[in-house]
Amino acid sequence: MKHELKKLEDFATQVRRDILRMVHKVNSGHPGGSLGCTEFFTILYNEIMKYDTNFKMDGIGEDLFFLSNGHISPVFYSVLARNGFFPVEELNTFRLIDSRLQGHPTTHEGLPGVRVASGSLGQGMSVALGAAQAKKLNKDEHLVFSLHGDGELQEGQNWEAIMYAAGNKVDNIIATVDLNGQQIDGSTENVLPMGNIRAKFEAFGWDVLEIEDGNDLQQIYDGLTEAKSRTGNKKPVCVLMHTEMGHGVDFMMHTHAWHGKAPNDEQLEKALSQNPETLGDY
Amino acid sequence: METATTKKYTDSGKQDTRSGFGAGLTELGRKNPNVVALCADLVGSLKMQDFIDENPDRFFQVGIAEANMMGMAAGMTIGGKIPFAGTFANFATGRVYDQIRQSIAYSGKNVKICASHSGVTLGEDGATHQILEDIGLMKMLPGMTVINTCDFNQTKAATLAIAELDGPVYLRFGRPKVANFTPEDQKFEIGKAVKLYEGRDVTIIATGHLVWEALQAAEKLAEEGISAEVINIHTIKPLDEEAILKSVKKTGCVVSAEEHNFLGGLGESIARTLVENHPAPQEFVATQDTFGESGTPEQLFEKYGLNAEAIVEKAKKVLRRK
Repeated sequence: MKHELKKLEDFATQVRRDILRMVHKVNSGHPGGSLGCTEFFTILYNEIMKYDTNFKMDGIGEDLFFLSNGHISPVFYSVLARNGFFPVEELNTFRLIDSRLQGHPTTHEGLPGVRVASGSLGQGMSVALGAAQAKKLNKDEHLVFSLHGDGELQEGQNWEAIMYAAGNKVDNIIATVDLNGQQIDGSTENVLPMGNIRAKFEAFGWDVLEIEDGNDLQQIYDGLTEAKSRTGNKKPVCVLMHTEMGHGVDFMMHTHAWHGKAPNDEQLEKALSQNPETLGDY
Repeated sequence: METATTKKYTDSGKQDTRSGFGAGLTELGRKNPNVVALCADLVGSLKMQDFIDENPDRFFQVGIAEANMMGMAAGMTIGGKIPFAGTFANFATGRVYDQIRQSIAYSGKNVKICASHSGVTLGEDGATHQILEDIGLMKMLPGMTVINTCDFNQTKAATLAIAELDGPVYLRFGRPKVANFTPEDQKFEIGKAVKLYEGRDVTIIATGHLVWEALQAAEKLAEEGISAEVINIHTIKPLDEEAILKSVKKTGCVVSAEEHNFLGGLGESIARTLVENHPAPQEFVATQDTFGESGTPEQLFEKYGLNAEAIVEKAKKVLRRK
């Protein structure tokens, strides 16, 4: 790893604080999934991806990331800001009028780091595939990463994209699935059972690997590093990442209740006490 | 607006507008290395084969998966490509409205949505494969340019022109062979109306396949002593309001003509322009909030009142309301 584990832990803890404070301030947003993906974003942006914070929309000559499940925008914004894409203080404007930090990410407001709008679910993999195909045309060896919710895989467009990627040997893409087993109305098992997701991706011709603990920085690093080594093999690569929604805040874990709900003052205080300030609040 | 001619327009030989698209795309393939094409299992219908033969690496067959096609097209722009995504108008709009809305229009992506077999010209296949709502759907999207061309030459010119515009475009064309009457070497100016006939009694504003019908209508009206001004609106959005107002201020009334539902189409855009600036009587040649059905294009045009006779009738009606 480029950074010491302790530094990455501090980064992740600070991102958790950002997420909690952002959604609390406007009393809206999605803390559960954001907290569950904090380690993933921490490793992706600090260890795995090669990118230029001097943002160019065409992304030629750098790795690209597409957030398909746009509702976890707090973690995305926090990690972008804390990696220098825009001032950290701007997190203070999340979901407020005239802000570049829309509830769900958009290119519309010109926020550096965001290359497509997302929020209406199921569209991100297609966009990532298009970007991956363009990289091949441009003879650009860099990779395209994407993140999708597990509930989001219920949208049929994903399977159009999954079919296309394998059928056309798009092997410069790493699609990551946040397998937390929860969606708004309850567990994925209760809302719409999705069966064996690994077997489904494999049946469609993807190379699949799993990260058993998607909230463990070392495991995420090892998993994504392994995924990178499997690119260029005439198969698209899928990473299934088992995470815990609400990770890092005890009362937000093991429930879907915090999918789209903000903590009140008291709850915020409790949550922050479990994630002490490390890199400085905005 | 270009200067109107006084000569009669002649059909230089019937051709389909979709072949104009294919010819334009092939030419683009030769002159612009960033142009890529995508299709959802309708290569023959969209006349894309020549482009594919010359540029196999720049063509992407996505299969029967239009949503994925629109998303992929959006993604390709992120690598600096100019994607032309083609399928039937129904599947290029209604089926994938949300994909276009989020991944293309809201994201401000430089995607050209190329829609063939628009309106009722798919004929015998019936309503499931026709669409009379697509202009409305696309013009409601912020930032979307909407173009509906009238013949082979204009479609080819439009295809070349939209590659130069940075932003999302909906390019609408049809299936059947229709009169090819505009100049081969025409300059296609996005957002500029083309005045085809100068007139003083009534303005006929048409788009797409009904432009030729409007010309025939004007000649019939002339035989009865009625002087009609004919304007070809190839760009429905942004609308050349100046050209419309200038003409209607002179004639005092207007007939709009389009192969589309009267709700949400060109006629409504004209009506809004008039109401805001210069209220005048208007009649609509368009379908009346109905789905299409099976039949030959000619039969359907007659049944739904989308031909020269219908335009003549509406012109006389609107003249009585002046």
